[in-house]
Amino acid sequence: MVAKGKIVWVSGPAVKADGMSSVKMYETVEVGDSKLIGEVIRLTGDVAFIQVYESTSGLKPGEAVVGTGQPLSVLLGPGIIGRIYDGIQRPLDEIAEKSGAFIGRGITTSPVDMKKKYKFTPSVKKDDTILGGSILGAVEETPLLTHRILVPPNYPEATITEIAKEGEYDLEHIIGHANSKNGDKIELKMYHKWPVRKPRPYSERFDPTIPLITGQRIIDTYFPIAKGGTGAIPGGFGTGKTVTLHQIAKWADSKVVVYIGCGERGNEMTEVLVEFPHLIDPRSQRPLMERTVLVANTSNMPVAAREASIYTGVTMAEYYRDMGYDVVLVADSTSRWAEALREMSGRLEEMPAEEGYPSYLASRLAEFYERAGRVRALGSPDRSGSVTLVGAVSPSGADFTEPVTTHTIRFIKTFWALDTRLAYSRHYPSINWMQSYSGYLEDISKWWKENVSPDWYDLRAESYHILQREDTLKEIVRLLGPEALPDEEKLVLEVARMLKIGILQQNSFDKVDTYCGPAKQLKLVRLMVMFYKEAQKALKEGKSLADIRALPIITTLLKAKFEVTDEQISKLEEIEKQLSDSFKGNMEEVKVTV
Amino acid sequence: MVVDGVTKASFDELVEIETNDGERRLGKVLEVGSGKAVVQVFEGTTGLAITGTRVKFLGKTMAMPVSQELLGRVFDGLGRPNDGLPDPVADKFLDVNGEPMNPQSREYPTSFIQTGVSVIDGMLTLVRGQKLPIFSGSGMSHNILAAQIARQATVVGTNEDFAVVFAAIGVQYSEAQYFKRSLEESGALKRSVLFVNLADDPAIERIITPRVALTVAEYLAFDLGMHVLAILTDMTNYAEALREISAAREEVPGRKGYPGYLYTDLANNYERAGRIKGKNGSVTQMPILSMPADDITHPIPDLTGYITEGQVVLGRDLFRKGIYPPVNVMMSLSRLMKDGVGEGKTRSDHMEVGNQLYDAYSRAQEVRALAEIVGKAGLTGVDLKYLDAGDSFETHFLKQSPDENRNLDETLSRAWDILATLPEGELTKIKDKHIQQYYKGSK
Repeated sequence: MVAKGKIVWVSGPAVKADGMSSVKMYETVEVGDSKLIGEVIRLTGDVAFIQVYESTSGLKPGEAVVGTGQPLSVLLGPGIIGRIYDGIQRPLDEIAEKSGAFIGRGITTSPVDMKKKYKFTPSVKKDDTILGGSILGAVEETPLLTHRILVPPNYPEATITEIAKEGEYDLEHIIGHANSKNGDKIELKMYHKWPVRKPRPYSERFDPTIPLITGQRIIDTYFPIAKGGTGAIPGGFGTGKTVTLHQIAKWADSKVVVYIGCGERGNEMTEVLVEFPHLIDPRSQRPLMERTVLVANTSNMPVAAREASIYTGVTMAEYYRDMGYDVVLVADSTSRWAEALREMSGRLEEMPAEEGYPSYLASRLAEFYERAGRVRALGSPDRSGSVTLVGAVSPSGADFTEPVTTHTIRFIKTFWALDTRLAYSRHYPSINWMQSYSGYLEDISKWWKENVSPDWYDLRAESYHILQREDTLKEIVRLLGPEALPDEEKLVLEVARMLKIGILQQNSFDKVDTYCGPAKQLKLVRLMVMFYKEAQKALKEGKSLADIRALPIITTLLKAKFEVTDEQISKLEEIEKQLSDSFKGNMEEVKVTV
Repeated sequence: MVVDGVTKASFDELVEIETNDGERRLGKVLEVGSGKAVVQVFEGTTGLAITGTRVKFLGKTMAMPVSQELLGRVFDGLGRPNDGLPDPVADKFLDVNGEPMNPQSREYPTSFIQTGVSVIDGMLTLVRGQKLPIFSGSGMSHNILAAQIARQATVVGTNEDFAVVFAAIGVQYSEAQYFKRSLEESGALKRSVLFVNLADDPAIERIITPRVALTVAEYLAFDLGMHVLAILTDMTNYAEALREISAAREEVPGRKGYPGYLYTDLANNYERAGRIKGKNGSVTQMPILSMPADDITHPIPDLTGYITEGQVVLGRDLFRKGIYPPVNVMMSLSRLMKDGVGEGKTRSDHMEVGNQLYDAYSRAQEVRALAEIVGKAGLTGVDLKYLDAGDSFETHFLKQSPDENRNLDETLSRAWDILATLPEGELTKIKDKHIQQYYKGSK
């Protein structure tokens, strides 16, 4: 039975309606004469509290509210990749067509083009048994991505009675029929719907042992994240959260990227839209847009849809995971999502916890981050995929003790702490190497040893140790000046400076430096460690620190990150030779060229 | 104000209130239901009585009449003429709340604006369609800087002048007057629209002032195709008015008593900047706000920084030293600089030079701190060079006169002058080919 009631109260995005006794919790409803989309978030007697996903300006008590019988769902099928959606999966390009450059209200659109024909190739035949989640066949969604057509995960075991031949079909075409064990007839299409607040099921969860390679040295080498892992980037404004997230979205070695702009700047989404079609994926040589989905709910768009955008994004990510792909979901920023929760909570006059946030903030964050993971998908054939979740946190006043940051830290394993001081001195990415950590280091070191080099773990530890020593020595320098230190320790400061400039700092806007492959990362670290050891030896042999500091090889090492590309990695071997030559003889005669 | 016996009011609707004395005021509906409406009265509730005050719901949301005739005019904080001239003939009426710009329809800002101020052009480049606030403190020279930018801003290679939309939000009479005079003297007033809400005008009116101003800015930009520079001063007063209303409505407060929706509310104003695909004009926003007690972590500058595309922060130390403009470059940032400079836009070495200057000045600051402990004698050779570079950065590059208009080549050549005082090996952020072309120092 469809619920039909009337508005009794309006305050911003919160609306109360009575006569709603037959509506369900989290059911979507159409609100008012202009049929704004809303969702029931509380029921008291026959009064429903509704959060409305569009501006409620002009809404009157007395207007009708009609239930749809469905929870808030997303449509999952070919045509999602490359699109930009609002928080409730309405394509922004179609909204632009209907209401111009500014977003109007009450617009209904279909998330994907239902009329577009895709070439379907079946992978099952008549009399095959299918389970919920099984693959029926495939279509080419973009040149980069084969979209596997899945049986909805909540379908029972069934036997195929008919499956479409290879050919071109649109999404509404019934591509298959099946009979379930208890005799129900099932129709299969190339798409299905799934409620956003319900995690998609899987059969088994694996340990995260494979690193997500992002091409960012400080992330991959020092604070790695695993495929199927969770990470958070908290930082004050101007510390480069968005740039770091863009970098991950650009260069991560995943099959699909879901980018959620949640309560952030409009121009940032435009930047992704302008830039990604021109950026080439280093692995497939295809435009990055062919693997990217954007969910944009900018800061000036309705606040309730901001709350939904996170769920919309993660549900789409899980869908591609179920096809057997690695998916990265980047959410910028979870703080704005938490603020949306706070605003709705305030309007419902709930009892607030810290800083006005609702008491269920922590459990909502936990639910979100727990949707990450590397899993074995349901159905056949056997396949595994992953969803890696990376969320930005925007702590007010860059204070990491505020509620959103403290609760987030409890549910993630990689923590990239952005540091305002580093950002002020233009050390980018401004990830603080003393505060940050990764819980995946041990799990993924096997991968590095097998795929890049056996000494990865040691080199990482040695170079990190130099940075740690510098951190303690800095205190002494601050009190007594650098001349109070012995030469050995001054050398530590010098090499730490080189590590900071040559390894930790990475220029996202430089053509070469923006992506640094694992092999080059390791080589650069090795060169720095080698320099340290050679210099230590030279000091012991009685050479002066001033001479070491004057070595031209230092500048070469510092510039290698952008003067040597991933393809010309052999040049680093030459530099290695020059490095050891530099320390021979009286150290001044060696010429350095690249 | 709560109104009873309401049957047909809608959310956000405009309300006309008639007092016992027949005076008319405007307000809008904040909450409606169960026969009651909560109304926010723009001109304050002084003189309103429970009995006798009548309320008329106007059936529309607040709109601003717009037309080309607005140029050269002065309005009050609600958009009514304030210069003694008659109402301008309206081309159309626009809802002052605006609508969110579709990210799909935005054109990404990439055109360099030359402000003639070295520190901004060289290190904090402004581009058309950007929102770049000035974070200042009480008494500092933010108004002089904003006025200088308003006078000098040009897009290189075009003769198009900027139209200026200026919104004074709760400022002193003298500050508003300074702007008006400055625009008048440079002849820019005829392409400007001014909205003035003074410190002694009703606080509630301030909620509307930036909205009417930005509505006009959007109209000039996207209907008439002009390039608009919108200056909003002082957003701190705006946020305070918002807090006042929130407290009066007994809402659950967020940080420091500001409402939990302060971020969203500020964003609704700041996001009204940018460019639209297929349209000529642009809205470049320069909000000014004074940081209470010079504290950048205060909610107002903090949330602003999270929304705007960078920030220009004025520093008390530099101001005391008498350096104008007293821009603390370490804390300042322009997020869109990377897209507005470089080959084909400005000069290929622009970005690298900017980065190297940051690096050098930051090192200079560290050395200065060190010199205070160990004395100049305790410093090594390179450190001393950084110390000098830091000083010459402040006197030769940062410092300029409020009426000095430097073009980009001059700005960059001054930057290379400073880098020339450092050994070549220190320039780690600059590619070799640019060092060969521009570096004037010695190895």
